[in-house]
Amino acid sequence: MVGRSGFDSVETEIYQKRLTRLTFFVLILFGVLFVRLWSLQIINGPKYRIQSENNRIDLRDVLPYRGSIFDKNGQLLVDNRPSFILGAIPGEVRNLDGLIKDLGRLIEIDSLTAKEKTKSALRWNPFNPVYIKKDLTRDELARIETNIFSMPSVIIEAKPRRHCIYNTLAAHLIGYLGEIDREQLAGQEYKENKLGDFVGKCGIEKKWHRHLNGSRGGQQYEVDASGRILRVLYQKAAEPGFNVFLTIDKDLQMLAERSLNGKVGAIVAMNPSSGEILAIASAPAFNPNDFAKGMDKKGWERLISNPHFPLQNRVISGQYPPGSLFKVVVALAGLEEGIIDPDEEIFCGGSYSFQGRTYRDWKEGGHGYVDLHRALVESCDVYFYQVGQALGIDTIAKYAKRLGLGCLTGLELGDEKPGLIPDRAWKLRRWHVPWQEGETLCVSVGQSFILVTPIQIVRFISALFNGGDLLRPQVTKWIGGEDKNGVFQLKPDMVRRWSLRKENMELVKKALIAVVNEPHGTGKSARLDQIRVAGKTGTAQVIALPAEESSVEERDVPYEFRDHAWFAAVAPAENPLIALAILIEHSGQGGSIAAPIARDILESYFDKLRPEQEKGRFWEAHERSTKLECSIVD
Amino acid sequence: MFDRRLINNFDWILLAILILIGLLSIFNLYSATYTIRSMGQSQIYVRQICWFGIGFLILLLMTTFDYHILGRLAYPLFFITVIFLFASLKMGKVTHGSQRWLSFGYFSVQPSEMVKISLVVVLAKYFSELERMGNYRVRDLLRPLTLIAVPFVIIVHQPDLGTALMLLIVSFSIIIFVNVNWKSMLIFLFTALLSAPFFWIILEEYQKRRIIAFLRPDLDPLGAAYHVTQSKITIGSGLLWGKGFLKGTQTRLNFLPQQHTDFSFSVLAEEWGFVGSALLLLLYLFLILWCLNIAKNSKDKFGALIVVGIAASIFWHVAINVSMVTGLLPVVGIPLVLFSYGGSSVISTMAAMGLIMNISMRRFMFQE
Repeated sequence: MVGRSGFDSVETEIYQKRLTRLTFFVLILFGVLFVRLWSLQIINGPKYRIQSENNRIDLRDVLPYRGSIFDKNGQLLVDNRPSFILGAIPGEVRNLDGLIKDLGRLIEIDSLTAKEKTKSALRWNPFNPVYIKKDLTRDELARIETNIFSMPSVIIEAKPRRHCIYNTLAAHLIGYLGEIDREQLAGQEYKENKLGDFVGKCGIEKKWHRHLNGSRGGQQYEVDASGRILRVLYQKAAEPGFNVFLTIDKDLQMLAERSLNGKVGAIVAMNPSSGEILAIASAPAFNPNDFAKGMDKKGWERLISNPHFPLQNRVISGQYPPGSLFKVVVALAGLEEGIIDPDEEIFCGGSYSFQGRTYRDWKEGGHGYVDLHRALVESCDVYFYQVGQALGIDTIAKYAKRLGLGCLTGLELGDEKPGLIPDRAWKLRRWHVPWQEGETLCVSVGQSFILVTPIQIVRFISALFNGGDLLRPQVTKWIGGEDKNGVFQLKPDMVRRWSLRKENMELVKKALIAVVNEPHGTGKSARLDQIRVAGKTGTAQVIALPAEESSVEERDVPYEFRDHAWFAAVAPAENPLIALAILIEHSGQGGSIAAPIARDILESYFDKLRPEQEKGRFWEAHERSTKLECSIVD
Repeated sequence: MFDRRLINNFDWILLAILILIGLLSIFNLYSATYTIRSMGQSQIYVRQICWFGIGFLILLLMTTFDYHILGRLAYPLFFITVIFLFASLKMGKVTHGSQRWLSFGYFSVQPSEMVKISLVVVLAKYFSELERMGNYRVRDLLRPLTLIAVPFVIIVHQPDLGTALMLLIVSFSIIIFVNVNWKSMLIFLFTALLSAPFFWIILEEYQKRRIIAFLRPDLDPLGAAYHVTQSKITIGSGLLWGKGFLKGTQTRLNFLPQQHTDFSFSVLAEEWGFVGSALLLLLYLFLILWCLNIAKNSKDKFGALIVVGIAASIFWHVAINVSMVTGLLPVVGIPLVLFSYGGSSVISTMAAMGLIMNISMRRFMFQE
């Protein structure tokens, strides 16, 4: 009954033969494995035994060189400097108390913490170095180095540390590094990083971290029982990170920051035709180098308890009422909607009554009869109260939003705030009360709920003078490695084109030129001799002062109730190269505080261009810049 | 209709080998995870005991039906496992950057393990029913090649290259065993080579990187090459008799990577020396030869081919894993079946062994 009914005899024979062959094949391959084991364990075994007992094969990270940051002209802003760290290998310390005492005699150390750290590391990771003191000075380094042979367990490691060459220069733009946190460790952007790495925490350092970081290398090396490195078995070189070229001009940036010295405020300069940010300054600032050293608790508390929030980048996250700057929007809306006849004159007697309340003009006694041009040049409030009232809040809000205010500009730095353009629906949603018509009047002159950021203003005035192209501001010009292969190249990015009639824009532009260049203009202190500047002042009230108190002198008002001074400018007005927005917090009037700052900045900026102008290349350069070329000065 | 002869024919030797390997595995895992236990990654050996427990139950379960039922169900079963596999790709959970697990609430399974068995069964079914005996032409191979290609592509996409490669090797072992004519083999190899660049193009960047790292581990001196150096020292330092249970120094210091999975053999070699590691190899050799013997005695082609396929799978796992940890082959992430830690692997291997047991028990029976 032993049957193999499934197989016929021919098949059986073939299969049997093959199975026998298969058996031999298996035996041969297993033979190879046995021979291999014999060779490893019996023939070479003693060698491996020694290696396993005496030698350790260890791995060591080689950190990549973080990419440098340059300004648009290739001026180095941020690089890395070596920083020396004193450490010890706990597994090799013979006499811990003695070692700490010896070290203490040479340099100043925190002996208690060092002892604790070494002891706890001994249990878990005896052959990884424990850091005793970071950031050795040259002097300390020399003293340790001369004695290092008597302390075999002590090591000195040189680690690159981020270094901002001009300290606080463009601090908010550049950002700072900090130790990687759990959330970042899990993220794709940080897959090159391990626990303990320093990574970008804000600004450009964060935005382009992936490119700046480079990729980590390492060494597999053999050490003997006393920790000496016998040989490097394998190594993989670290790949340096890419360099980042910013759009800012270092000199202009310096100038802007110097203008803010001792003040609280923001200055932003933009190339109106490409959206490149030429300078972005916020005061007070911080020093990223303090973070690179490893911020101590005291320093950090000092930073965050400062009432002026030095970590805040006011250009993108400072939200302020635009004050009279907003009249430009109301003027454009009024013209488009046919509410304003540019030639019609309105009488301004210094105040305007509406629904039983009096709305003051900034100028006591009023401006007399004003048409649109004069209303803008002299910043007449009464004129715009009436235009705003006729437009209604929702129409004003519609225009403001379309022109790019009260929304994010999309600058590639995080933490941008949108500001706020109020309308009826918003008021009801936010405050559960209907809109008061009187509030429309306040909004018409840029007061009450309305909030904008300096970056929105600079983009707004740029668009007005470049023919209505609302651009996305950008701060990165180029990213790439030493081999000049770029991974990022700036391209002007138009968000949308204003759909305004050309003649209306021309009317407003003419008025803004007059603001600076006519004797009654509120911005006349921004006038330059050779370059035609256009601009608009703004004074944002922090609280509305009652009419009776209007004569109070600025210096008698408590600091936090003083007005914010605004000035927005472009130059040259015919074919603009630079647009500026300046905001000085709690300082007074835009015309007297902010406009002179604009003048100083513009004057120096054009002075720097002049040598080229004399060589006849200025206008050539000018032409190029209007064709959206990146560099004006090479 | 239970037949007493089934009990009489129960393959006690096969069971004994499996139990021996299982016991060695558990003792070895106890030692391999001795230090990391204190750091919270606990009870790996306890879980392995459970897997073996469940595995033996499944083994018994697999012997209760006549394996010819599988012949009738081969295609449906294969498609079900492929659908599971596809589901794991679409909604599986991601571990170590690859989607290979399908979660069923309380437990997760690796459908790729199930596919390995169902593919063997379906290939056995196909070749056992072919009229032609050996010397197969390309057109005879079209269907099996499609059957192999579908799960292969899905597994490459997970991506789990070790398993994909294993699938290919086992399938081709079967095809070579049934004797394909060399001309069609060459034609096939040629098309495979020609289509390789096309596949390369459709792969994602990270998948390419993973494949390069897989084919050329030496490019990763801090990962794979480091592991091999450590593994060789670990194995070599065991000498003839080993350092003794729980006395392995390499293992203790956590120098060895993945001590409980891919490199578990190194731990055994360090602590039990040449004697221990050779004993384990002998057990595997005996297991494989025993399976081949079952194939020889099985009463039909279908059964014989299933046994050959499963034996080939075990053989290649052992050969590749041991070559890998002894530095003969690049580190390609293939575990030592039954010995390394891994629930899906243990259970599917035990199921496959149950199938062999089933075939072994029914070798003397006539088909009704």
